[in-house]
Amino acid sequence: MTETGYFFIVLGILFDICGCIGLVRFPDVYNRLQASTKCVTLGTIFLLFGVAMVSASGAISAKAIICAAFLLLTSPTAAHAIAKGAYVSGVKLWENSVVDKYSEVADTTDDSKTDKGE
Amino acid sequence: MRRVIYMVAAFVVWLLLTWSLDIQVVIAGVAASVVVALLFHEMLPKEHHVFISPVRIFWFLVYIPVFFYYMVKANLDVVYRALHPDMPIRPGIVKVKTNLKTESGITALANSITLTPGTLTVDLTEDGFLYVHWIYVKHEDVEQATQDIAAKFEWYIKRIFE
Repeated sequence: MTETGYFFIVLGILFDICGCIGLVRFPDVYNRLQASTKCVTLGTIFLLFGVAMVSASGAISAKAIICAAFLLLTSPTAAHAIAKGAYVSGVKLWENSVVDKYSEVADTTDDSKTDKGE
Repeated sequence: MRRVIYMVAAFVVWLLLTWSLDIQVVIAGVAASVVVALLFHEMLPKEHHVFISPVRIFWFLVYIPVFFYYMVKANLDVVYRALHPDMPIRPGIVKVKTNLKTESGITALANSITLTPGTLTVDLTEDGFLYVHWIYVKHEDVEQATQDIAAKFEWYIKRIFE
């Protein structure tokens, strides 16, 4: 049980490291969000799961599992908010991107600029 | 009914977090969950019947391992792209159609898409289109992109939330 727990902790840290490497290497906000949400969420969930197994005490395990569940709910929601916020405030996609269907509907008018113009 | 369900749910989370059946802790927990249920029941999801329907809970339990499989696959894919010297990415934002109607269902679908193979939900519109950032665009067409990205989750989420 303890060994399996340590295995999950190591695995989680490896995923976290890969997520951070992706965060540095990818070219624009949206690709970086991909790396940070996916790898870091799964890595942290593995880590919490490993902690729950190693501790083998009900109180700590329950807290770790609840944290994992909340992380699973909130992390993609936060990524969604950042991505939309970045797009609306005018951050461009990487120059080699192949398609941008969102430009048809996105409302990128900046309120602060129109206020100054009046 | 709805307030009672949320009260019980809040109380269970409280018990798990404190992990104690001490009388003071339990009384404080009941008080806190009653306040939460009364004040915030309008902000909480409207699909509260999911919590008390055995069929929906069954599909939810089936969905967990399926989702986890896709999530691990997605992570290995992103790790591969992050570590590969040439960085084989071909990003873009595609449009995906969804037939889900309920708020919780669409939220679950958007979150599932964000956590799985190379895709990240950027926005959704009233008429049921999701705008998804895809790290390696295979199809620019709406129909095929829907097949590739959303179809596998929609089948389960429909059974859980709708």
